[in-house]
Amino acid sequence: MATGILQIKAISGTGSAPPGRGVQREEEVCKYVDVTTCIGCKACEVACVEWNDMPFQQTTFDNTYQTMKSTAWNYWNLIKFNEHQQDDGSLMWLMRKDQCMHCEDPGCLRACPADGAIVQYTNGIVDFQQENCIGCQYCVAGCPFDIPKFNGTTKKVYKCTLCSDRVGQGLEPACIKSCPTGCLKFGTKSDMRALADKRAQQLREHSGFPNAGVYDPPSVGGTHVVYVLHDITQPERYGGLPANPQIPIAYTLWKRVAKPVALLMALVAAPVAFFHYITEGPREPQPPDRELRP
Amino acid sequence: MTIVVHRDELLRHPVYTRVLHWSVAICFVLALLSGLAIYTPWLFHPLTAIFGGGPMTRLLHPWFSLGFVLFFALQTLNWLEPMTWTADDRRWMKRVREYVANTDPVEPEYVGFFNAGQKLYFWLIVGSAVVFLVSGIPMWFPRTFGRTIVAVSYILHDLAALLMLVGFIVHVYEGTAAQPGTFQSMTRGTVEKRWAWTHHPAWYRRITGRDPRADYEQARQRRA
Repeated sequence: MATGILQIKAISGTGSAPPGRGVQREEEVCKYVDVTTCIGCKACEVACVEWNDMPFQQTTFDNTYQTMKSTAWNYWNLIKFNEHQQDDGSLMWLMRKDQCMHCEDPGCLRACPADGAIVQYTNGIVDFQQENCIGCQYCVAGCPFDIPKFNGTTKKVYKCTLCSDRVGQGLEPACIKSCPTGCLKFGTKSDMRALADKRAQQLREHSGFPNAGVYDPPSVGGTHVVYVLHDITQPERYGGLPANPQIPIAYTLWKRVAKPVALLMALVAAPVAFFHYITEGPREPQPPDRELRP
Repeated sequence: MTIVVHRDELLRHPVYTRVLHWSVAICFVLALLSGLAIYTPWLFHPLTAIFGGGPMTRLLHPWFSLGFVLFFALQTLNWLEPMTWTADDRRWMKRVREYVANTDPVEPEYVGFFNAGQKLYFWLIVGSAVVFLVSGIPMWFPRTFGRTIVAVSYILHDLAALLMLVGFIVHVYEGTAAQPGTFQSMTRGTVEKRWAWTHHPAWYRRITGRDPRADYEQARQRRA
């Protein structure tokens, strides 16, 4: 799903540095999602399916306005609808655009063992390269946001590309382009973060949301999708957005310690066995066929 | 099925044992090769070509492994009795250094059908097979088991692989180059009598009703 002019910053499962890393300076991109002004029109859902030319799939009715329960391999962008009862008994309807967060420290890329199946561009987009994907689904468990989805027919995993094909050509992502309220914006990370901070401040000071804030979780190094939330202390209310998304320490132990140590130690057995034969020799059935020299 | 046992030979592994052993071995090697390809593709990616590409390798790996677990479970039932750990095995372990260094030409009188090293390898495989199975199922169905269990499973799966691969390499060496005559016990099922009194004297005594040390000395004098 990539384009040529995007510069690669990190590659999954590789033993060497990504080609051309650091030769050019590039701005980091970011999606801005203002949850407080989303009207749940789902134009972004349609735009995503259309631009990426994905086969339509049957929706599931779950007593909500939500199109389906979660994103799918061919449905990368989903508005999550949640009804929340406030302390005074009144209702808040929370709508959040769920898609890949394009983490600065992506759990999927960390977990992926396949050489070049997941790349991170210098502009912050994390993209799957299906031609290198082996369908192991390690990324499925590696993602703190439950984003990568397995396609049982192609045996490969898919997710939002942040329209890397459009962004590579200087266009905004399809979902942003379709948004009628302006709750979705696209630009550099610093600009979008500043805009989000300003909007959160406005909500706190003028709109009666004292806990309004920006969701840009530092536990994954920040994300290239930022949310403005009415209540930053309760992100779980917005369709299970994790307050503190984590990449388990097990991944570091596994990739940096368990994998190389296990392989080295196991393979050391081969030269040990070989040199045992050279130094000690075989143990013949006694008495041996040939007599020892007296 | 004819079992050919020559005059100076003993039957060591009957057909059922041998078929199970090689079924286990074939499944193991297939699981190992496909597993290595998934384990570190940047080192072992070419191995996926054997199985028809990356996704197919990943698809087949758990099935090879289930085959391994099934056949090895049958072998475990088959070998439960001869693999039981005894006081003699503790004695053997105390002189493992002498065994590795080939100090004595023949094994001590108390070494039975399997020596303690073989039993240790067997139980190591039983243990790591259980770890492989228990950690492998969450890795197979990651969305069912949740992130934490899957993340821990990766480490357990790798540690089980470490144990099994070390054991496998030593097993192949001991079964071929290190001890001439041993490989035949798993192919044709038979061993020479002198192989038996050299490596497993107590078994030789039980099968033939003869004294292994006396027969060894007699053969030595005849040879001289």
